[in-house]
Amino acid sequence: MAQNIIHLVNVSKNYNGTEALRNINLYIRKNEFLTLLGPSGCGKTTTLRIIGGFEEPDSGEVLFNGVNITSVPPYKRKVNTVFQKYALFPHLDVFENIAFGLKIKKMDKKLIAEKVHNILELVNLSGYERREIDSLSGGQQQRVAIARALVNEPEVLLLDEPLGALDLKLRQEMQIELKNMQQRLGITFVYVTHDQEEALSMSDTIVVMKEGTIQQIGTPTDIYNEPKNPFVADFIGESNIVSGIMLRDYFVQFAGATFDCVDRGFEENEPVDVVIRPEDIQVVSPAESKLQGEVIAVTFKGVHYEMIVQNNSTRWKIQSTSMAPVGSKVGLQILPDAIHIMKRVTAK
Amino acid sequence: MKSKWLSFPYLVWMLIFIFIPLLLVLYFSLTIRTPDGLVFSFDNFRRFFEPIYLKVFLRSVYLALISTVICLALGYPMAMILAGNNFKRKNVMVFLFVVPMWMNFLLRTYAWMTLLERQGLLNTFLTFLGLPPLNLLYTQEAVVLGMVYNFLPFMVLPIYSVLRKIDRQLIEAAADLGADQMTIFRRVIFPLSLPGVMSGITMVFMPAVTTFVISRLLGGGQFTLIGNLIEQQFLFVGDWHFGSAISMVMMVIILLSMGVLSRYDKEHEGGGLW
Ligand SMILES: Nc1ncnc2c1ncn2[C@@H]1O[C@H](COP(=O)(O)OP(=O)(O)OP(=O)(O)O)[C@@H](O)[C@H]1O
Ligand SMILES: [Mg+2]
Repeated sequence: MAQNIIHLVNVSKNYNGTEALRNINLYIRKNEFLTLLGPSGCGKTTTLRIIGGFEEPDSGEVLFNGVNITSVPPYKRKVNTVFQKYALFPHLDVFENIAFGLKIKKMDKKLIAEKVHNILELVNLSGYERREIDSLSGGQQQRVAIARALVNEPEVLLLDEPLGALDLKLRQEMQIELKNMQQRLGITFVYVTHDQEEALSMSDTIVVMKEGTIQQIGTPTDIYNEPKNPFVADFIGESNIVSGIMLRDYFVQFAGATFDCVDRGFEENEPVDVVIRPEDIQVVSPAESKLQGEVIAVTFKGVHYEMIVQNNSTRWKIQSTSMAPVGSKVGLQILPDAIHIMKRVTAK
Repeated sequence: MKSKWLSFPYLVWMLIFIFIPLLLVLYFSLTIRTPDGLVFSFDNFRRFFEPIYLKVFLRSVYLALISTVICLALGYPMAMILAGNNFKRKNVMVFLFVVPMWMNFLLRTYAWMTLLERQGLLNTFLTFLGLPPLNLLYTQEAVVLGMVYNFLPFMVLPIYSVLRKIDRQLIEAAADLGADQMTIFRRVIFPLSLPGVMSGITMVFMPAVTTFVISRLLGGGQFTLIGNLIEQQFLFVGDWHFGSAISMVMMVIILLSMGVLSRYDKEHEGGGLW
């Protein structure tokens, strides 16, 4: 049975006036890889700092294995953090950095040496014990930071955009390494990123946040395929978002045409937001389709082409492996299960 | 190259005010006056190692060391308070701390004289309380007090500036790894502040070991220090040669001690004031 290792109950946090977190409720299951995802300033770091104990919430509770730890200081928590800028101790070498936590626990010297050795092997840095921190590359420092946290065998590892400073290739390698480590060691990871691809490829659970509130919690597939609202849809992957009217169950009108869809449970003629992924739109001949338009831009993106098609007042973004030249008239085909209907959010 | 021309005035300035005087001091220290004029000799340096002068030298070093240790003991906590998190009070504190430094050095030392005198403020207060007056002025303690008072800012400021530069995340990282306040100080804050401590020590020790004003005013001339010795040679005895030799010895000692200290400061982060 999956058990909740961390539970945030009604957690709110204000910083002199700015609401960083508004009534957050969140379960984190044991051994899962949970990602906090959202745009800059949405409160990801604040959430992490509350779990780590560096910040106390204004209201609400933090439970760890069911025990309230809201005001327990960081050094007494069974949680370790990999900081955004690594925060390695510049006056200590790699060995001493990693041994820092173990020495505080007054562990036997031989055991410390052995543990440091093993963890360095795990992060692919064998033989780097005596290197100075500033002689390491960004990626190596990053791995030392992970090793320094992991060597304490925390029950939960908090990672605040740990790959943010790395270049694309290294970042992708580290994503795989991190995911492997998490699975091998069976440690709960709480991971912060604003990179949606990273979140999708690594996580068991994604928590999408916006302005201090949780927008949606779910598996990567859920969140990608069934975004709860236009914000999530837009933030997770690219989307076409247009306004439409839900004529009745399974029947929606947008862009001047009516379409079959798979959604129901709306009022008749209820105004809604319609979300369609760019890769879910097929380019066909104009005669075959309810939607016609003119291709106004084509960009080659490596694996696919990205086309912008103008239809009346709407611009559609389309991703496809084949392309139609700029200026050509095309038809757009959208299948029912590609259409995601979302309740119109009245506020904002 | 253009940049060479730009540094030209500076080079001239260095030549006139640093290099030539140094050469002169060296020249005087290596010569003695005889009836046949100036002759080359190591006599001046040999004289320095005579017991009376050696005693003065040791006393200077001893008093300067004590003052430096006291400055460190007082200055480190002060720097920590200044670098602490009370942002509102901080600027006021730094300001209060720096204000006395704007006052003339002599004035400050004279002020202490009036405080410590036989009929001074402190003794008046003691008599007022019905206590016997104390001999405060013209003691070794008074000299140390004067040194500490005058040179304390040179200890506090470099430590303060190093402490302020320490990344808060490092402290959080240490706490995250299980360190309590005391351990964080011992294992992170203090080692990282060492460059500041080193430059604080040099900046207090150097003026303290060479001062002649403080020992004359607060020591009443009973505690001749190396600075007084040099002053006497130049102003009263008129033996520029011996005076120069003592100056040279002091210079070498200061340079050596700076060299040793800067070895500890391997990061070359400096104390902010260098
Ligand atoms: N120490 C602080 N003092 C004042 N405001 C703060 C503080 N820390 C965070 N905030 C504010 O709280 C909000 C949430 O900040 P937080 O750092 O959690 O965002 P984030 O999601 O981690 O963003 P990013 O992706 O940019 O790191 C922001 O509006 C931020 O300005
Ligand atoms: Mg952040």
